[in-house]
Amino acid sequence: MRWLRAAAVALLGALGLARGAGRRERVVQPGEPAPRSELVVAALLLGAAACAVAFCVFYATDSLGHQTQLLGLSLGGALALLSAALIVTGKRLVVEEELEEDYPEPESPDEQEQVTAIVRESARPLTRKRLLAGAAGVAGTALGAALITPALSLGPALDTESLYDAPWRRGTRLVGERGTPYRAAGIETGTFYTAFPEGADPEELGSPVVVVRLDPAALALPAERARWAPDGIVAYSKVCTHAGCAVAIYRKPLFAPAEPRPALVCPCHYSTFDPAAGGKVLFGPAGRALPQLPLEIDATGQLRAAGNFSGPVGPSFWGVRTRRPRST
Amino acid sequence: MTLSRLRARALGRPGRRVIWALAATVALGGGVAEAQPPIGIVRPAHEQGQPLSLLGRELYAGNCASCHGIDGRGVGSLAPQRGVGAVKGLGPSLRGVGALAADFYLRTGRMPLERSGKQASRQGPQFNEREIEALVAYVASLGQGPPVPQPHPERGSVAAGLHLFTEHCAGCHQVAGEGGVLTGARVPLVKHSSPAQIAEAVRIGPFLMPRFSRRQISDRQLDSIIAYVRLADAPVDRGGWGIGHLGPIPEGMVTWLIAVVLLVGVCVLLGRRLS
Repeated sequence: MRWLRAAAVALLGALGLARGAGRRERVVQPGEPAPRSELVVAALLLGAAACAVAFCVFYATDSLGHQTQLLGLSLGGALALLSAALIVTGKRLVVEEELEEDYPEPESPDEQEQVTAIVRESARPLTRKRLLAGAAGVAGTALGAALITPALSLGPALDTESLYDAPWRRGTRLVGERGTPYRAAGIETGTFYTAFPEGADPEELGSPVVVVRLDPAALALPAERARWAPDGIVAYSKVCTHAGCAVAIYRKPLFAPAEPRPALVCPCHYSTFDPAAGGKVLFGPAGRALPQLPLEIDATGQLRAAGNFSGPVGPSFWGVRTRRPRST
Repeated sequence: MTLSRLRARALGRPGRRVIWALAATVALGGGVAEAQPPIGIVRPAHEQGQPLSLLGRELYAGNCASCHGIDGRGVGSLAPQRGVGAVKGLGPSLRGVGALAADFYLRTGRMPLERSGKQASRQGPQFNEREIEALVAYVASLGQGPPVPQPHPERGSVAAGLHLFTEHCAGCHQVAGEGGVLTGARVPLVKHSSPAQIAEAVRIGPFLMPRFSRRQISDRQLDSIIAYVRLADAPVDRGGWGIGHLGPIPEGMVTWLIAVVLLVGVCVLLGRRLS
């Protein structure tokens, strides 16, 4: 009973307050009633509710086709309708009023000028302007250097020695992904093989080579590499000299007279290398030829390296053209 | 009517007639040229009654022999020469390619080719079923060659197929099997090919594609690759729109060009004052 009485008192009080507020002068002028807009808002809200209910139904029904799409559409529809209702409410049902307010006049111009004068005159007379400017310059430069220094982590800027390392040496066997040695007789024309140095880390940049067999008559290697391609089998580094992607495409014509010539192609930026001509660049952004690995066939018919690459492996860096790679 | 105007009329009529005649010629001529098929398939007069062996020989003579040679040894020198009278290679020898290659090129509509040296592209078959059967048998009879393969993708593993496809095929065909471009060639879709056609292409290496022997890709592995390609053919697009299955670039373009434009439009509408 006590609760009921308290509730009744509170209700009456609230009504009285509301009435009191009604009696006061209005701040916002009453707008014209817009029953059509109210109807639209109600319809949009009900539509949103329907969509939300549909979402629950779709969620509960497992056997639907395109369930993901229906879930997305119903939930998205509910949110879209809800926002449409809010937009219509804001545009049509809330009274809009434009008010302009001018900036106030400056209150005390004399005092402002005084403050300016104090700031201007309180700097001590500088006798060694140059020294200070120089010191500031040094500080700025040092700070700039400190900001740039972490960029060294992107690559060896000064010490490029390790970039010349390659795990090949005379006599290293060429093995497949699972470590089985390649036999020269097993290398067929018209296809390509990926090989690694036996016993070395296959993840190392200088490890993977691509091996293809070409018609020995079609080879046009530089004179000093005449013995690098026994029986027409050539090997090149599989790392593109442009951006370091894997040269994963071997383009070979089915009918040579009427189709483009064989080429090793990098799928990243279409750098195209000629395997018959020492890895020369035929097309694309690569700036230098693919490094070639000299090959030899041992007494048992297995493929072995006859030395290290013709040039440094991987994307170009400072001084890349000047030296031959080192065997690790 | 003044004299000058009369003269203009007298001159104008035949002039206009010539123009009309020209227009008609162009329209008719253009129409006739468009009505002709790009390549004429030559068929024997009484095809239905002919035994397959004879039909195959006649179709070969009419449609294939000009490039592959009347005896199937191919046409043209392997070292093309420039200059008057030098014949550049027209087509490779078909001796020993077997039923496998003939079945692939005829069923994917790649042969007959419009002109030699052009990249053959996939289309509807240009011969009917009986003609294809006859031609495949005829080409197979030219020399010892592999038969039409019969892969069993249901025996393959999709996971192993994805690995093998990534290793051997995705460099050109993309991991989704969508194809793309290569310097000097277009790379076709592999998705809509039948299992036998995929197996054939792997063993042949059409146009600039490498060929893979059984030593490189065993028949068992090929089954797995085909199983994967079949999965890629009907991908489950959870979002409803695969956007070409080409990855983040087209997806980003949809975001920037469609979604952002829509959102900006909504914002502009929201901010507009009502009059």
